Formats: sequence, structure tokens, C-alpha cells
Amino acid sequence: MPTISFVHPDGKSDRVETSDGESAMQVATRHGFDGILAECGGNAMCATCHVYVDENWIARLPAMAEDEDALLDGTAAARLPNSRLSCQIRITPDLDGLVLKLPERQV
Amino acid sequence: MSTSGSVVSGVPHLDVDPFAMDFFADPYPTHEVLREAGPVVYLDKWNAYGVARYAEVHAVLNDPATFCSSRGVGLSDFKKETPWRPPSLILEADPPAHTRTRAVLSKVLSPTAMKQVRDRFAAAAEERVDVLLEKRSFDAIADLAEAYPLSIFPDALGLKPEGREHLIPYASVVFNAFGPPNRLRQEAIERSAPHQAYVAEQCQRENLAPGGFGACIHAQVDEGAITPTEAPLLVRSLLSAGLDTTVNGIGAAVYCLARFPEQWQRLREDLSLARGAFEEAVRFECPVQTFFRTTTREVELSGARIGEGEKVLMFLAAANRDPRRWDDPDSYDITRRTSGHVGFGSGIHMCVGQLVARLEGEVMLTALARRIAKIEITSEPKRRFNNTLRGLDSLPVAITPA
Repeated sequence: MPTISFVHPDGKSDRVETSDGESAMQVATRHGFDGILAECGGNAMCATCHVYVDENWIARLPAMAEDEDALLDGTAAARLPNSRLSCQIRITPDLDGLVLKLPERQV
Repeated sequence: MSTSGSVVSGVPHLDVDPFAMDFFADPYPTHEVLREAGPVVYLDKWNAYGVARYAEVHAVLNDPATFCSSRGVGLSDFKKETPWRPPSLILEADPPAHTRTRAVLSKVLSPTAMKQVRDRFAAAAEERVDVLLEKRSFDAIADLAEAYPLSIFPDALGLKPEGREHLIPYASVVFNAFGPPNRLRQEAIERSAPHQAYVAEQCQRENLAPGGFGACIHAQVDEGAITPTEAPLLVRSLLSAGLDTTVNGIGAAVYCLARFPEQWQRLREDLSLARGAFEEAVRFECPVQTFFRTTTREVELSGARIGEGEKVLMFLAAANRDPRRWDDPDSYDITRRTSGHVGFGSGIHMCVGQLVARLEGEVMLTALARRIAKIEITSEPKRRFNNTLRGLDSLPVAITPA
């Protein structure tokens, strides 16, 4: 299974195993990372699983849908060009090594 | 009574009425019976299937093609019975029709829209605490759980000042009407005419103040997203589901924090837990207890075969306390990771106003916890009975200022 890394706001990083078909949000919540809230449970409705995708990876992710794009305008931490919602990033084998940075806050 | 020939062996038949007064008074033992009987049960009393475990509730919510909403999300099957009111264009609709109307309400109630109302909602919460600190002893339902949303939501919608007393009674009818044809439902519908008339009138474009959520919905007509006849019905959804739900959500949170003083202390020590304290109350008390779906085809669910056109009752509250999914499910813990609870539903029909609810809950609990040291229940709370909503009618409390 692919492993992915979460970089916490304090700069510490955790590299974790993923399970088949999980979203990056599910990986983070399963590991109990505080930086991901995911209030809506992965339904693309709340914008509290915001992540900054490492520059080297941003182009390798599938394009975002309109609803994700609209939700990102309402994130608590600033929206940047590499902002995504982690519930919309499905982990596939080609994302092995993905690096996601967690924002300072989600609400 | 006929069971339409689709009940197969293996599905336990239960003789419980989840819409009876004694059930409402204490649903938890029956929830456990429902959960432990099997992944899918059959409710002989109302000729409907039921799911009470988290996995099956989540699965049904997330398969709208098989478990549809357009035949009604109450016991009444719109294919066989005339709905008591024109169906909702969002709640009682399936894709693709639902996709378009849902997008409109999602936009009007988006995270961006919440940023615009946040300061106003927070200021109103402080004003409410001013009033409560004057009183010291009060009914936490009327004076807090109802008074706070009533002080902001109708204005946020852009409603006229006159007639707002119809809002909570109208919502009460709507949520009673999802239930079976019991006395609660019959009486609610019999008395609904004046509330319906108010709501129909108030949903018209000319009766909604500029800049409010209602006007924003009507503005979508100009964008070509919806038709002029659809807009009032979408405004109606906010009037139906936007007030009584948050009243019961805030009521649930205050009831929890008053019953579990150690959780109140934790909140007072760290106000950033306010949003989690509200969310956990929604999981724990589950203001919206149940919804139905209708099968569009024969389907196998966790080994049970369910025929086409069957009603399936989802026990959201039982799923939120399923020990298969939650550690220590019967404890109210404001630091719990609640992500995935189904108090707001899940999937394409998940509560479109969830962000409004969380914002109201967060700012209200923050204001309370900052300025109040202690909340004590001073006499027996009274329950309010509704076929779908769980909440209190009164919660007498006394507070000690911080």
C-alpha cells in the first residue's frame, strides 16, 4: 500500500501507511491527526479537511471538481494555489510518497 | 396486514413501535434491541424495514440510486399516496433533479457565506448571554435554545417581522409528517393550514429582504440555475429545516453540558472545544432521529433481500451510538473525534444547513462558557414529542456567573 506524509503546522512530519481506496482525509483521521477536522465526514460540504499539497505533487493530483473549488474559497486558513480538500484526494498507487501540509486551522 | 411478499427468512421481525410515546421517552433500550437483532430488521407495526447499525445506515445513506428520496423520506410512499404538501425539491428528490437544486442551496449556505454572518451570529450570542445573566434562573429551551436561533436565523433569511411565530410550529408539522399515520402526525397536519399559508406567502421573492439567504436563492433564478416557480419551494426548505433543528441541536448541547459538569469544565478551560462540544451533542442526542428511504429495485443489504418499493427506516441516533463504530458510545465526550457521525446524515442529502448549525452552536457555546461558571438543572426537564425530532420542551436551569 502507498505511504503518504502529513507535515504538521509545527513542521514535524508523519509518514503513514494507507489502506485500499482511502481518501487522504480518511488516512489522517484514522491516525488521529488533529490538523484534519473533516466535520462533514468526507461529503465535500464543510472545507475542514483543507491541506496544502507539496509543490512537487500538485500537478500529479486529479483535477478538482467545481464543488471543491467553491468550498476552498471558504477555508479558515488562507487558500493558496496548492490548496485542496483532502477528502477529495483518493489515494492510488501512483500517489505513493505524496506530501500534504496541514494548515494552522480548519475553522 | 400484507407485507407485499418480500419479507425473507433471516430478517428478524420486531414488534416495536419507534413512533410511540413510550419509545420517545427512552429510545435507547429499543435502539439496542434494533441494533443487536440483526443488520436489517422488519418492523411489523409499520411494514417497513429498519437499519440501526452504523455500517448499514451509512450504506443506505450513500446509495441514493437504490434507496431513493423522491418517494418521500417519511413512511408515506409518494408513489402510492398524495403527499400532505408539495414535495420538497431537494429533500424529496433524486439526481439529476436533486443535483441542480442542491447546488443552489450549497452555494447560499457555503463556508464563504458563513464567514459573512459569523460576526453577527457571535454578537447575538453575547447579547443572549447578557439576558441570561440578568435572569440567573430560566428555561434553557425557551430562553436560550429557541431564543438564540430566533434572534438571528429569520433575519439571516430575510423574513418579515410579522408571523414568525409560525416558524417553529410549521417545522414541527414537517417533522411529525415523516412519521407513520399516528396521532402526532394526524393532529399536526390537521392544524397545519395557517402555518402553511404563512410559509407559502413568506417564500415569495417580494417578501424576502435583500441580502438574506432567501433573496440569494431567488437571485439564482436570474442566473438561470432555477425557475421562478422553484425558488419559493427552495426557500421553504430553509424555513422547514433551518430553525427547529438548530433549536434542538443547541438544546441538546446545553442539556449535555448541564448533565455532565466535568465536560462543561473542560470547555471552560479551552473554549476552542466549543465547536466539538456542539458536534458531539449532535452525535449523542441526534436531534433528527430517523429518516426513511424507498427501494428502487430488489436489493441485498448485509445478507437481507429487500424487494422493490419497500420503505427502509434509518435509525440515525442508534447508528451514532453503535459500539461497532464508536468507543464508549453512551458517553458525551467533547474531545471525541466525531467525524463520520450521521446526526446530519451522510451522502448527497447530508444536511445542507450543517454549517449554519455548527456556527450557531459554536458561537453560542463559546459565549456561554466564557461568562458562566456553572449551569445547574433545577427541576425535571420535560420532553417534547415529535415523530422525527428529539428534544426538550423545557429545561429549567440556574446559572452562576464566571
